[in-house]
Order: sequence, then structure tokens, then C-alpha cells
Amino acid sequence: MIELDTTQAADVAVVRPLGRLTMVHAADLREVVSGAVQDGRTRVVVDLGDCEFMDSSGLGAVIGGLKQARQAGGDLRIAGLQPQVMTVLQLTNLDRVLRPYGSVAEALRDD
Amino acid sequence: MSRHRALRVVSPARRLLIRVLVVLTVLAGLDYLVWRWLESVNWTHWWIAVPLALAETFSLVDAFFFGLTTWRIRQRADAPPAPADATVDVFVTTYDEPVELVMATARAALAIRHPHRTWVLDDGDREEMRTAALQAGVGYLTRSADWAGRPRHAKAGNLNNALLVTEGEFLLVLDADQVPSPDILTRTLGWFDDPRVGLVQTPQWFSNVDDADVLGSQAPLFYGPIQQGKDGWNAAYFCGSNAVVRRDALMQLGIVGYVRDVERGVTRALRAAGSVVAGARREAARHGPAVLAALDSVDVAVHRARTELRAGQPVSEITHRFQQRVDDAGRDVVSDDLARLQADLAEIEALPSLGTGGALATRIDDVVLTTLAHRSWSPLGALESVKALVAAVEVDRADEAQPVMPLATISVTEDMATAMRLHALGWHTVYHHEVLARGLAPESLGAMLQQRLRWSQGTLQVMLKENPLVQRGLSVGQRLMYLATMWSYLAGFAALAFLAAPVLYLVAGVQPVTSYGNAFWLHLLPYLVVSQVLFRVVGHGLRTWRGQQYSLALFPLWIRACVTAVGNVFFSRELGFVVTPKAGTDRGPTWRLVRPQLVAMTVLVVAAAIGVVRLQHGLATPQGTYVNLAWVAYDLTVLSIVLRAARYRAPRVTERTGS
Repeated sequence: MIELDTTQAADVAVVRPLGRLTMVHAADLREVVSGAVQDGRTRVVVDLGDCEFMDSSGLGAVIGGLKQARQAGGDLRIAGLQPQVMTVLQLTNLDRVLRPYGSVAEALRDD
Repeated sequence: MSRHRALRVVSPARRLLIRVLVVLTVLAGLDYLVWRWLESVNWTHWWIAVPLALAETFSLVDAFFFGLTTWRIRQRADAPPAPADATVDVFVTTYDEPVELVMATARAALAIRHPHRTWVLDDGDREEMRTAALQAGVGYLTRSADWAGRPRHAKAGNLNNALLVTEGEFLLVLDADQVPSPDILTRTLGWFDDPRVGLVQTPQWFSNVDDADVLGSQAPLFYGPIQQGKDGWNAAYFCGSNAVVRRDALMQLGIVGYVRDVERGVTRALRAAGSVVAGARREAARHGPAVLAALDSVDVAVHRARTELRAGQPVSEITHRFQQRVDDAGRDVVSDDLARLQADLAEIEALPSLGTGGALATRIDDVVLTTLAHRSWSPLGALESVKALVAAVEVDRADEAQPVMPLATISVTEDMATAMRLHALGWHTVYHHEVLARGLAPESLGAMLQQRLRWSQGTLQVMLKENPLVQRGLSVGQRLMYLATMWSYLAGFAALAFLAAPVLYLVAGVQPVTSYGNAFWLHLLPYLVVSQVLFRVVGHGLRTWRGQQYSLALFPLWIRACVTAVGNVFFSRELGFVVTPKAGTDRGPTWRLVRPQLVAMTVLVVAAAIGVVRLQHGLATPQGTYVNLAWVAYDLTVLSIVLRAARYRAPRVTERTGS
């Protein structure tokens, strides 16, 4: 399940995958992010605080979101990583592409 | 019963007498049965005539089984001397019995003469039990962490848990209340000199029961001629307590059971795998061609595994290869995901004005691929059905606390099922007819009913799940011995016919038998006489009447056991239990627990009165009326035990025997 929170600021979308971000929900994440970016919310934060697990498809969806946000002149950041997600990120060196932030607030502050 | 008295074998003369009587019983019984079915069923009233004839057939078969059991009655002499170096663990099993009661048994266990280690197996995991055991110098065991969240399997689970952390060659199993004699091991271990012997069972005998034994707790016929007869057929069985078991035999059971369950599980999973993959394909259609291709590979893996299984290849290798193939299939999905991810990164890199400076180098090598494709992280794992399939085609039995379960867990009475499996593997069992432990019988009708219900349910569960007639490895005699025990629990249905038939005659003149005249007596009497003589000879010197009474008087309980066991085995329903009055809240007679019997007795009395009136008015024949009145009188005599049982109060202070 993916939650979308648009209350932070006019150009901000906080996307919150709940539970496991796998092949099953990867497409949903892509859709939510792309919808938000098209609405002009180009600063996307993926809040992973409630996401305990991510597989390669989930990872692909996050990078896909990053691409869309960047193409629209914005950015996508990730926050609140759980251990397994952090491990996957480190394994693929993607932590050097996507800097993990401690919280949504931190991800938005540092601009 | 004095201890250490040398045991005597059955004399040849007595055995011959028993065999002659068995032959006569069978002949007379067959004669009666043939006459009943072919000549005397009153088809006008078939709705009662047929059930009655069936009930009589049931009883005759029961008697034949009794005859077959006693045919080989075997009273063993003393065992050879116990081997001094045999190592033994003594297990005292408890769940919620009072600590002091358990400790009385444990202390007596410590005093057993043969060298051994004593353990309290506390399924209640009670701190005060632990303290008491350790203070007394007794080992204390509770379930390991592996059992959390998995089926506990009651007492069988408790023993299986202990088996894995102890190491004696033999184990003596004692219920919490069974105080052992110091000689229990010295008297029995010698039987294991025969390397084929896997189990020695001794009687259960209760110290808190007086001569009247209102609740019928002592089972002198069972812990006597019946187990001795079964012993003659190498079919004496484990009764859960007061038995010595060879660890090797149990462990072999555990291993064989493990292999069987794994093979069964893998076979079943692979059989269902076709539709699992098809379902996953529908679910996965929207995840792209890579996933569909991966599922094709899974499908191929399933077919290969099936072929290998049919070819008889080792299950561990089949499952290992299957797992690898599924991992490989997942790997294709992962590499597809990662390829797209890298393409995305390249595009991001190419965007102007971002100044990332080529920092987007990712690491995608074999290690990354393998890790992301491993079973725990594989994208295929997101498809729940595939995940379940992969878990099922495995040899770890992850659903159980221990892959190896030596004691059978298919029934609430683990003992009989375990014994049957031992016999199927070719092990021998011994019934050692000497009281070497004294226990406490249930002290109220409610507790007694609960215990009987559990036993009968357990036996019927075994019957339904592992029918002795079709188990490989059992001899014909063993099959029949197990069937005999299970058969006896069908008595409740027969009782209904035996209670209804005389009532119907006395009240309405409905006669299920065409004649109560000379022909009837000519066929019935010989059978009645010889079967009763057989019973008296076999049960000579034993108090068998209580047992006879309860086998009819507990008819509602037997029926309930049958119904609930079928519901449990085939429809996964709970077995249920007897709701007993809370201690202290109900000190009066517990009539509620025997309501069906009370109703039956009332109906019988009223029917008898009506029958007498009908006779006086010439509406019934004297012959028929007298036969049926006698029948009612017998039924009432048998059922009357429940009147005493409902009012029974155990003595307030329980006197313990032993040290």
C-alpha cells in the first residue's frame, strides 16, 4: 500500500510505502510519484519509515521516481530507512546516489 | 500386591482351556449370528430390527476380538537381570499438577535403584516447580525457544523436547502422579537384552481407589489378560506412563517419520504446483515480461522436480536443485530490474544542470545479483503463492519446532500411535505384569469422564488417521489387536439399539426379532453360556464387573468421542472437553454429567411398567414380555453405576503409598 501526503508544501509530495515494497507494489509507487510530479510536486520524499522490506523491483521503482523528479527539475529523496532497505541500498552502492535522510523533515530542510 | 514376587507363566492347561472356550464361543456366536440375520430379523419393523441385529453383530465381533486376544495370552516370568551399565533418563511429565505432587514422584524417582538421571518435564514452565526440582537435585526441563509459535503437541511435544537434550540409552516415562517403586528399572531393563525390544510397559495401578472403585478407575482386565494377550501377538502397546522405552527405537521412529513427512509434503506441494504457477501468472501479468518468463522457469523447475521424484532421487537433492532453479529464475527478474535501473540512472546523468559529476556509479555484479535473487529477497517472493510453494518444497519442516518428532503427534493419545509405528518398524514390545508404580485416579465423575473422553478420542483419531489394517509392516495379528481396541469404542452406537429395543417392545409391541420362543433360546443360550464362561475364566480373580458396566453406561461419551474424532480428523474441528463443575462451587451430585443415562433409566422403568400393564390386558405375550423385562433389568443394573458415580466424593485426604 502506498500513502500520499501533499500537505507539507505546494511543491512537495511525501510518498509512504507501507509494509513490503516489492514487485507487487512497485508499479503503484511509480504511478503515485509520476502523478505527483505531473501535478507540479517535484520535490518528492519517499518516507520509508514503515517499509520493512524492499526487493530489486522496489529499488527500480524508487530510481524511476528519481528520474521523473529530476527530469521535471526537482528531486527525490528517501528518509527513515529500515535495516533491510539500508542493506539493499548499500549493497548496490545506491546509497551514494540517494542519500538516506533520517526523517522527512530532514530530507526537506537541507535544500 | 506384594513386590518382588517371582512372576509365573500361564500354565499350559489354563491356556488350553481358554483356547477351547474361544473356539466354542466363536462357533456358538456364528450360529447365533447366522440365525439372527437369515431367519429372525423382523423385516416389518426393519428400522429397529436392522439396528439391533447390527448392534448384536458388533458385540459378537467384540467378543471374537476378545477371544483372539486371549488366544495367545502370555504371562511372562521375571526378566533377565538388568544390565548394570544401561544408562537411563527418568522423565516425570507435568503440566499443571501441584508442585508437591510432582515432587513426591520425583523424589521416588531419585530413589530408583538402577543408576539414572531424573528429570521433571514441566510443560507449565513454572518458577516454583523449577526451584523445587533443582533443590531436590532433579533435572528440570521446559520447552526450548523453537516451540514458540509452533504446534506444541501436548505431552508428545513435551517428551520430544526432552529427548533432544538428554542422552540415556533408555527412558522411563512417568506421569506426574505415578510414584515409582525403587525396583522399577531393575525389574524391567533385562527385557532389553533382546535387541529387538523397544518398549516395556508395566501396569497402571491407582492407590486412591477403594475396593468398590465406583468410577471404574482400575483396569484389571486391560492391565492383565488384554495386554497379556496382545503381548502374545507382539502387540502390547504403550500407555503413556510407567513404561521404559529404548531411545534408539524412538529416534528411529522420528527419523522415519521425518523422511515420510518431508516426502509427503514435497510430493503434495509439487502436485499442487501447476495451479500455483498458473495463479501466479495471472497475478504477475502486470509486472512485466521478465516476471512471466521467470514463472515459466519456475514451471520448468516444478516439472523437473516431479520427474526426479518419480525417478526416486533423494528428496534433499531434488529440493536443493529446485530451490536453485527458482533462485535462478528470480535472478533473471533482478537483472531485468537492475538493467532498467541503470538505464534510468544513465538518463538522470545525462540531464543538464545537475552537476552530479558522474557520481552515479552503481555496483551491479554477481554478488549483488545473487544476494538480491536469494530466496529471502527474491522479487518472486512477492508472489505469495510462489513463496509458499518454495517454502513447501523444502526439507526443514519449518512449521514444526523440531524436524524430528520421535513420539507420534497425530493424536491426543501419543502412546498408542507411537506403539503402532514401533511395531510397523519391526520393534518388539513387552508387557511386564507387575505393579511398579502407583498413581492417582480421577477423583470425581467429571474428571473421570474427561479422561475417558480423551482416551477414546485419541484412539479413534489414530484409527482414522493411520488405520492399522493398511499400515505397512504390521503382522495380521498386530493389525487385528489394534483394530480390536479401536472397535470397542464403537460400543456407544450399539448401546442405543440395546436400550431402544426392549422399550419399543414393552411400550408398543414392536418386536425386532421374529420369535422369542424356543428357536431364540436354542441359538442364544449356548453362545451366552460359553462366552460368559470364557470371560469368567480369563478374568478369574479380577474385578471385571465395573468395566463391563461402564462400557455400556458411558454410551453417550463413546458416541461423542466418535462424532468429535470424525469432526476433528476430517473437518479440523476442535475435540472439545467435558465441562466440569468448578471445585468448591458445586458440592452436590453431578447429575448434569449423566443426564442421558438418567433419561434412559427413566424411560426403561416407565416402559417396564407399561409392559406389565399391556401383559395384564393381553396385549403382549408372556414370553416376549418376560424376555424384555429381563433385558430392561439388565440394562438398569448396568446403568445404575452412574447413580453412584454422580454422588461419588473422593476421600478428602489422599493417602500416598511408597516412601
